[in-house]
Amino acid sequence: MQLDEPVLDDLVTGATILAAGGGGDPYLGKLMARLSIREHGPVPLLDVAEIPDDARVVFVAGMGAPSVVVEKLPRASEIVAALDTLEQHLGYRFTHVAPAEAGGLNAVIPVTAAALRGIPMLDADGMGRAFPTLDLVTPALYGASTTPMSLVDEHGNRLVITAESNDWADRIARSAMITSGCVMMSALYPMSGAQAKQWLVRGALSLATRLGKVVRTARAGHTSPVDAVVAERGGARLFDGKVVGVERATEGGWTVGEAVLQGLDAFAGQQFRLGFRNEYLVGRRDGRIVATTPDLLMALERETGAPIPAEELRYGYRVAVIGLPCDERWRTEAGLRASGPRRFGYDVDFTPVEASNNDTVTDEVAR
Amino acid sequence: MRIGIDVGGTNTDAVALDGERVVAWTKTATTADVLSGVAAALGAVATQVGTAAVEAVVIGTTQFVNAVVEARRLAPVVVIRLATPPQTLGPFTDWPQSLAGAVRAQAHVVGGGHQFTGESLQALDADAVREIARNAPEGCEFVVSGTFSPVNPDAELEARDLIGEAQPGASVTLSHQIGRVGMLERENAAILNASLRPLADRVITGFAGALADVGLDVPLFLSQNDGTVMNLALARAFPILTIASGPTNSMRGAAFESAETDCVVADVGGTTTDIGLVQGGFPRESAIAIDLAGVRTNFRIPDVVSLGIGGGSLVAEHDGEVIVGPESVGHRLTERALVFGGDTLTLTDVAVAAGLAEVGDPALVAHLEAAFTGRVLAHVHERIAEAVERAKLSAAAVPVIAVGGGAFLVGDEMPGVSAVLRPGHAPVANAVGAATANVGAEIDRIYSLTERSRDDVLDEARRTARARAVEAGAVAGTVRIVDEEDLPLAYLQHTTRVRVRAVGDLGTIATPREEQIHAAR
Repeated sequence: MQLDEPVLDDLVTGATILAAGGGGDPYLGKLMARLSIREHGPVPLLDVAEIPDDARVVFVAGMGAPSVVVEKLPRASEIVAALDTLEQHLGYRFTHVAPAEAGGLNAVIPVTAAALRGIPMLDADGMGRAFPTLDLVTPALYGASTTPMSLVDEHGNRLVITAESNDWADRIARSAMITSGCVMMSALYPMSGAQAKQWLVRGALSLATRLGKVVRTARAGHTSPVDAVVAERGGARLFDGKVVGVERATEGGWTVGEAVLQGLDAFAGQQFRLGFRNEYLVGRRDGRIVATTPDLLMALERETGAPIPAEELRYGYRVAVIGLPCDERWRTEAGLRASGPRRFGYDVDFTPVEASNNDTVTDEVAR
Repeated sequence: MRIGIDVGGTNTDAVALDGERVVAWTKTATTADVLSGVAAALGAVATQVGTAAVEAVVIGTTQFVNAVVEARRLAPVVVIRLATPPQTLGPFTDWPQSLAGAVRAQAHVVGGGHQFTGESLQALDADAVREIARNAPEGCEFVVSGTFSPVNPDAELEARDLIGEAQPGASVTLSHQIGRVGMLERENAAILNASLRPLADRVITGFAGALADVGLDVPLFLSQNDGTVMNLALARAFPILTIASGPTNSMRGAAFESAETDCVVADVGGTTTDIGLVQGGFPRESAIAIDLAGVRTNFRIPDVVSLGIGGGSLVAEHDGEVIVGPESVGHRLTERALVFGGDTLTLTDVAVAAGLAEVGDPALVAHLEAAFTGRVLAHVHERIAEAVERAKLSAAAVPVIAVGGGAFLVGDEMPGVSAVLRPGHAPVANAVGAATANVGAEIDRIYSLTERSRDDVLDEARRTARARAVEAGAVAGTVRIVDEEDLPLAYLQHTTRVRVRAVGDLGTIATPREEQIHAAR
């Protein structure tokens, strides 16, 4: 698969859906990727199965506050410098890059690295969605180390961190990022081709592209983009409603809050509570949990299917809340420990979106 | 007494407002040169009330937004971004080629700018700024867009001074004066503003001349996007802040006329129907990035649903299916509509045939069958009712205010609507909105909460906004906070972005009676 401009448009729409309400606005990433493709040509997007076991793979990602990135715009030279810096430390060149997360801005940041370096990008990522910290990646479930990782900023500072644990890596990287001014570019989780095959979420970018494509096609054909997304990924349309209240607070640097929705159409008379902590994490319909992290919860504009990030969700929006299944590894015991609702402070058990499908059926029969 | 004038694509309207009462109004066709239409409307109203009674004139105009949409009459702009060079996403990124071609003279990135905390990002490269200013093409406009200038404008101010030294009298738009956080969007808005400045100069000089011609020696203001006014010096400097004044004036005018502060306004013009929500007397603003002629900006403009239905909309029926709009005869209604002896079936003709409107010669549409006009109007009512439903924020029934030249196209009953109100001067609501405009100021800043409480910074933001509103000409006792939000910044501990907007009555012309009324609210 070649990543060219038309594919990029679909990829970005899909990445915003997979961002599950967080992940940062991919508009800037799209502009970067588009420029890179225009100057250097389309980027090959490879299935992990196609790469040799001794390939040298690395995640390329931006770290920072979305509200700072819109002001201190990403720079291609920093993205490449993040690769250079880690390569100098390791003493070899990378043959492939991959996104750490297929959701949001970071889904497309590696496109610039791949285009400028003339190397392929993998059709795979480390989350299958977006999460708020870079230790929440599937390789970590196999014991992979975040470090050595590089961090590069616009002042010319270049750091390499070799940390004692992934938790330390995240904390130290975060401190450096804040000190530098809240945006840095990073290359992290260096891995072999063999490891990438085992560790990564295969097909994450082609999934994003397909989601973007079904939204576009549904809009053009005047059918429901929301239903198209749900059908494409095998998820569930959990609720349709109008936002009647949003509470937001800051807790340890996260945007934490809950939106309350009043049901429309098939859901008239019901209420939905959508909890978020950067990403949408827990959905309750009439008091009962219908979906939780690590499955993906997303709010889409009912008619256009436009994804609405948690930061932008406001009173009066009419949205469909959808649930999409996550990568199976997040549903293992270790996966849920890392990414389940309790990890984010919700004292509830993981509920897979498939269960809500049965619920919906039962509810409708009962009515 | 104030005169409000609205220059639209089709009509130029004027009203004279005495306190809260419309005492005179006129509706004229917008002329090709705009100015003669303004002069005629102004003259007509001023004559009715007597020039001596007029205290101020407020004009809302679509000329600037039209210039941007048409990419005409725009000045060449030299952009200097203060950031870390090189920038991958430089100035004019993602602009439509035609507009960039009309506006772009040069684009530079120079070391400078600030961090989100307001600290310096790096020292300003003063030599580079001087060099650019010295070599800039003659007659160009300048834009300086500095990283985090809404938090700290120092770098932009320093660059402006350097440009002024190298090119005395240079016209410089600073991005922090225009927009909020978001480099590309704010810079884009600043560039559009700069490109409009020479046109604004000519337009405003023309308006001032029109006032003098009818013997009015009173303050003249321009309406801006948020329902407040600018004096002429500000309007010459920031014409971009007028681009959404049309829908804003329409919505505020309708709410004012019907004495409703919370309602849905349906403004039916010649080509479109604009539907939006008014809360507390001000239009609800859009939260998302706004595309202006294909350029992404981050203005707050009224959140309006636009339907391709208006008095001039073409009407047809194929195989029993009614088709209305989006094509319209627009400002040529009085030439082309059947009731005016033209050859084109428009919605106005249908309304006249159905007895809803009295314009032109009804005999010319007597052949339209009642069953047909009934089907057309039912279709129009249904589409408007759907859009009203989308604009509402809650299931609770709200009043709908129908205004604009085609207000008769809004049905009398709609689901979820408590009443459809048709205020007395509905056809000139925009001009009423212009006449009733307030003065305001907005703060949009990122605050650190490491040493201060959230309440403390909110208080400071409110105080600053109130003080700025007074500086802008508001009467101190009338200033109120109409909108505020604070958003914690993701990934940053103890940091919040605060936005507060304060408005008050226009001080120079507020009468004691008005002050009391507003203070009591």
